Amino acid sequence: MQHGKYRFIVGFLAVPLALYALFVIWPFIQAIYYSFTDWTGLSPEFGMVGFDNYSRMLDDEVFWKSVQHSLTFAVVLPLVTVGLALFFAFMLNVGGRRRKGAAIAGVRGSSFYKIVYFFPQVLSIAIVALLFQFAYNPNSGAINSVLKGVGLGSIQPDWLGDPDLALICVMVVLVWSTVGFFVVLFSAGMASIPRDFYEAALLDGANRFTTFFKITLPLLWDTVQSGWIYMGILALGAESFAVVQIMTVGPNGGGPDFSTIVLPLYVYQKAFRDGQAAYATTIGVALLLVTLAFAAVVMKLGRRERLEF
Amino acid sequence: MGSTSAHNGEGLGRRDLIKRSAAIGLISVPTMGFLSACASSGDGGNEKVEKGTKSDKNPLGVNESAPLEFVLFDGGFGQQYAKDAIKVYETNYPKSQVKFTPTQKITTTLQPRFNGGTPPDLIDNSGAEQMDMGVLVGQKQLADLTPLLDAPSIDDPSKKVRDTLRPGIVEMGQFEGDPVWIMYYAYTVYGVWYSQKLLDSLDAKYPETWDEMLAVCEKAKKKGIAGWTYAGKYPYYVPFSLYPMIGKVGGREVLDAIDNLEPKAWEHPAVKACFEAYYELVKKGYILQGTPGLDHIQSQTAWTEGKALFIPNGSWVENEAAKTMPADFNLAVSAPTGIDSSDKLPFGTIWASGGEPFIVPAKAKNQEGGLEQLRIMLSEASSKNFTKSVKSLTAFNGGTDGIELTPGLKSGVAALEKAGQNVVNPRLQDWYVALQKEKIGVAGLGEMMAGRATPAETIKKIQKYADEAAKDSSIKHYKH
Repeated sequence: MQHGKYRFIVGFLAVPLALYALFVIWPFIQAIYYSFTDWTGLSPEFGMVGFDNYSRMLDDEVFWKSVQHSLTFAVVLPLVTVGLALFFAFMLNVGGRRRKGAAIAGVRGSSFYKIVYFFPQVLSIAIVALLFQFAYNPNSGAINSVLKGVGLGSIQPDWLGDPDLALICVMVVLVWSTVGFFVVLFSAGMASIPRDFYEAALLDGANRFTTFFKITLPLLWDTVQSGWIYMGILALGAESFAVVQIMTVGPNGGGPDFSTIVLPLYVYQKAFRDGQAAYATTIGVALLLVTLAFAAVVMKLGRRERLEF
Repeated sequence: MGSTSAHNGEGLGRRDLIKRSAAIGLISVPTMGFLSACASSGDGGNEKVEKGTKSDKNPLGVNESAPLEFVLFDGGFGQQYAKDAIKVYETNYPKSQVKFTPTQKITTTLQPRFNGGTPPDLIDNSGAEQMDMGVLVGQKQLADLTPLLDAPSIDDPSKKVRDTLRPGIVEMGQFEGDPVWIMYYAYTVYGVWYSQKLLDSLDAKYPETWDEMLAVCEKAKKKGIAGWTYAGKYPYYVPFSLYPMIGKVGGREVLDAIDNLEPKAWEHPAVKACFEAYYELVKKGYILQGTPGLDHIQSQTAWTEGKALFIPNGSWVENEAAKTMPADFNLAVSAPTGIDSSDKLPFGTIWASGGEPFIVPAKAKNQEGGLEQLRIMLSEASSKNFTKSVKSLTAFNGGTDGIELTPGLKSGVAALEKAGQNVVNPRLQDWYVALQKEKIGVAGLGEMMAGRATPAETIKKIQKYADEAAKDSSIKHYKH
């Protein structure tokens, strides 16, 4: 029955592949081509400049700062988000005290918590960023008001206005807004782990801690992996751009003293503020390399024996 | 999950997911690619409309039936003034239609159109998303406005338009040589803004020397009012009072040297003295608590609520802060306080210059229409209408007779009269946008005003930024 199999497959794949090539691959190639020009983005005329943009980029202090921040995002955010989400999902599904008739159960009110965790997910990232911008307002924002309210009036940080805090403030918002998605994802994963495993573990007298590390995590590893990469890419790309651009200080975002500038934002600033579109594509190419490197590293680290059950 | 997702080729394997997610994450690169696709796309559709016949009523030769497209930055001044001027155009040329687009997204809306060679006929290129004028001029994307300036004015045909404008306006629209690329429509007075009422309640008058300034701030502090606040998120508002102060203390040459990106320009003693003066405000706790985290609206609101005495700003603030400003606020503006009597220029030296830059693209279809629309806006009637409705002066010299001026405007006019010849006009903010806003503003002054860098460190940092800009061949450089 192998006859015509490939023709069949090719028939189905040709159109999507062509679309993919046209709308994904071709722009990549074009972007790389434009990174060798002096195109401004404001007029159709440009000339070739060879590697000028690249050597300029390597000398650009702001570029290196944005690389550094983007890498911080890609390492710290998945770690915190996935870690928190795993903890929450475990508590919601497995971590509860035993009740009659059920071998495993979530903590009391877990279905309610699930909704609470997921709620930020239905808000657009722009709205989330704006809300937090108000909360961080050092003068009348919620956070400083609460500090005042509980008698800590002497501690009134500038939050987004302070270069030491701004990056952390932004990361907290991203964690807040994405953790719910992973709680739901991991909950779904945990639901498919056979209950007998837990029952057996309970009979052996395992505590929650052991149950988590010996049963839940290994059986959930695939899901965690995907979540990890997804979050990392979110942190390198669109989401980090949105929160930084909307929330942080500066003409187009980027924080006091470039303390929150990230690669996608720097691309945007160079292309749409400074009229240096060619240089922006150069930074875009750098972002491409960083993202590919991230995916490669995670895949390498995450390689693991698959458990069958 | 777990097993089901991973059986050979069934469903979605981990590896596929990784590949796909990698593709998703790279969205910013293809986005740039899309934009670049525009660069190579054709130059179709920029055929110019035919010129009309010149007459006394139509000195620019506008094609009476050609449509006109007008894109306006819908900011602090709103859009009504432009709509009113369009009505005049449509009355004069009833066969033509004006397509009017107010927007705050100037770059997002217009960059692709410049790139594709089909820009609109008249643009108010302003706001946070302003397109870089230096690049536009350098890329020959703008039309020379000289025909407009040499056309007879609407009110008095014996006068040219250029003779009806405030001094300095035409020069501001030039970069090098004679062509005038930009018509600044508003006339902005920059300086230190305050509530006369609040100042009176402190039993103080506006300080002329820095010692007096510190004394006033101390007085205010005792009553629980901060001396100063500013747009902490956009610290490039600070120069509105700081630059003219530098000019007052050290003379115009210091500001010119800074604009020309001369080496060591920022190391001038006058710059140092002024930076130290401002830093003293920080160190003595005269800046409103939390200011570095506020944006312009938030800081203006705190100021109209009486939490702070002074704010560096431009004359648009009267319109922009109108919603929160109490009726008896008695808004006033003053030229910046100097150091002492040894300053080079007298008290009253102020920064005033054109605002709301209007441009006519070189590839506009109906250039004459764009110029004519500007000519209408520069008439006395339109100018008065603007001043009356948005409380700001225009490039048109005069046009305030017979209007009841609002307190802030009145004070601005008085400040201009007091300044006389001592009006300075630093050009960093229109010549080198990124340098002025992000580097000097946010990274330099912002850090100093938040108390995180000393004046000496700040000067060193800013000088380095200026030197980098001077060397950067991707920026077009200008000189006074």
